Amino acid sequence: MTLATIFYAIGFPLLGIILGLLYKGIDRKISARMTSRIGPPIRQPFWDVGKLLIKETVVPENAVAWIFNVMPIVALASSMTLLLYIPFGIIKAPLEGYGDLVVILYLLTLQALAMAIGGFSAGSPFASVGAQREMILMMSYEMPLAIVITGFALIYKSFSLSTIALTPVWTLVGPVGWIGLLLLLAALLIVTPAELAKLPFDIAEAETEIAEGLLSEYSGRNLALFYLSDAVRSFAMVALEVALFFPFTFSQGFGLQFSEPVSYIIEGLWFLAKVLILYILAVTLVRTSFARFRIEQASRLFWTYVNIMALLGLILVALEVM
Amino acid sequence: MVDVLKKSIWVFHLNSGSCNGCDIEVLDVFTPRPDFERFGVKLVPSPRHADAIALTGPITRAMVPKVVEAIKALPEPKIVLAIGACACGGGIWHDTYVVVGGIDEFYKILKEEYGMDPPTTIYIPGCPAKPEALIYAAGILADIIKQKQRRREDVIREEDEEKRKIETIIREEIGSRHFLPKIIVKRGPREGSV
Ligand code: SF4
Repeated sequence: MTLATIFYAIGFPLLGIILGLLYKGIDRKISARMTSRIGPPIRQPFWDVGKLLIKETVVPENAVAWIFNVMPIVALASSMTLLLYIPFGIIKAPLEGYGDLVVILYLLTLQALAMAIGGFSAGSPFASVGAQREMILMMSYEMPLAIVITGFALIYKSFSLSTIALTPVWTLVGPVGWIGLLLLLAALLIVTPAELAKLPFDIAEAETEIAEGLLSEYSGRNLALFYLSDAVRSFAMVALEVALFFPFTFSQGFGLQFSEPVSYIIEGLWFLAKVLILYILAVTLVRTSFARFRIEQASRLFWTYVNIMALLGLILVALEVM
Repeated sequence: MVDVLKKSIWVFHLNSGSCNGCDIEVLDVFTPRPDFERFGVKLVPSPRHADAIALTGPITRAMVPKVVEAIKALPEPKIVLAIGACACGGGIWHDTYVVVGGIDEFYKILKEEYGMDPPTTIYIPGCPAKPEALIYAAGILADIIKQKQRRREDVIREEDEEKRKIETIIREEIGSRHFLPKIIVKRGPREGSV
């Protein structure tokens, strides 16, 4: 038990929560500005979580109480663990060497699965419908996500994220591979809102039709945990995309060199800025400009178009590499 | 230390037989001009997530059990926003037989039949309540301004209760034809007497 372990065990989750909530606040603010509103202050998500933690936690009469109470914790834990696998620019991932992209794929699934199980255990028709939709959506978007990760494994001959973050993927392939990678990137960007349950793929939590779906029975502390896990996962998912596709460091990009401690700080901030830009592009803009899909539309979109796109990208990458 | 309960208010919109005028106002305060979200107010679809109920309409008799359910489903602490003349006191339906007639009458039923204490209530009159009035309510919620309203005791003390019961009986008696008025004979010097 070294000092670093303690820092990773306590500091990282706290950092993850703060960053996740901060990005959520920026996201809400920008979304409001896009619809020419003033929008809530950026620290609003912190107040929301604080309020939810103060409020009473209701467990419905016909819920399976222990599953109902455990699932928010599982969801938050899986998001936190996900964060521990992602390298922050040149700062190494805390759990580096203990898992790879496949584990990340599982952790991404685990959070959605926890929400679905929590929804089923709530014993409310709205929550059940939401949980079923979540399962269907999960089955649809897992395939393109897996294809993207396979493409990376083909290029690097490794599933390890730190190897991938070390050299930018664009330098390893030629022009054909670039087109393939662009297709993979597009597929991943389309999967992102579905993975994060944001519009236009928040079918499982549709407010207007099924009253927030699988979260409809959650309140107080449990809801706060889901809120936090959503915030942390949004950050982690976008950070993962940055680590996969845009691992360019500040010194590489601008040809500047710094001494040891300064460079860590600058690279960390550079990484956060990259994540913020991608977050706005992939989540905020999409969520503000599109209306919700129906479940079968979303399913068809993923199984046919996005899948074909991702497969095409994979074939092009494979042609280049083999 | 900010009071987070006042900084973030999630509202569940409950229509208890309104004419839709107030409902449209509840929705249109989230549009760009009034922009309710800047006070941290958010419309949520499930009462379990909510801190406040935006109640519109005079509460029809058929809606009473549902409104009670919704109020029960809200986790503590809870607030009720009575939006519109109807919700505040019945409005144009105040003596119609199909409606309870406003939130105050409803609270009486809540107290007598369900044994629940009425939650904190904010009255937002108007037919329909203007977006400005709703923003005023948001100001009250966020503790920026105080509600201008006469104080009223909702809790009736026991001896007062007894006294009131007796008074009611007497008043009813006076109203009925069978009441025999007590004749008070005033004795005094009459004009022209010796
Ligand atoms: S107060 Fe007026 S607008 Fe509102 S529900 Fe009643 S009648 Fe309709």
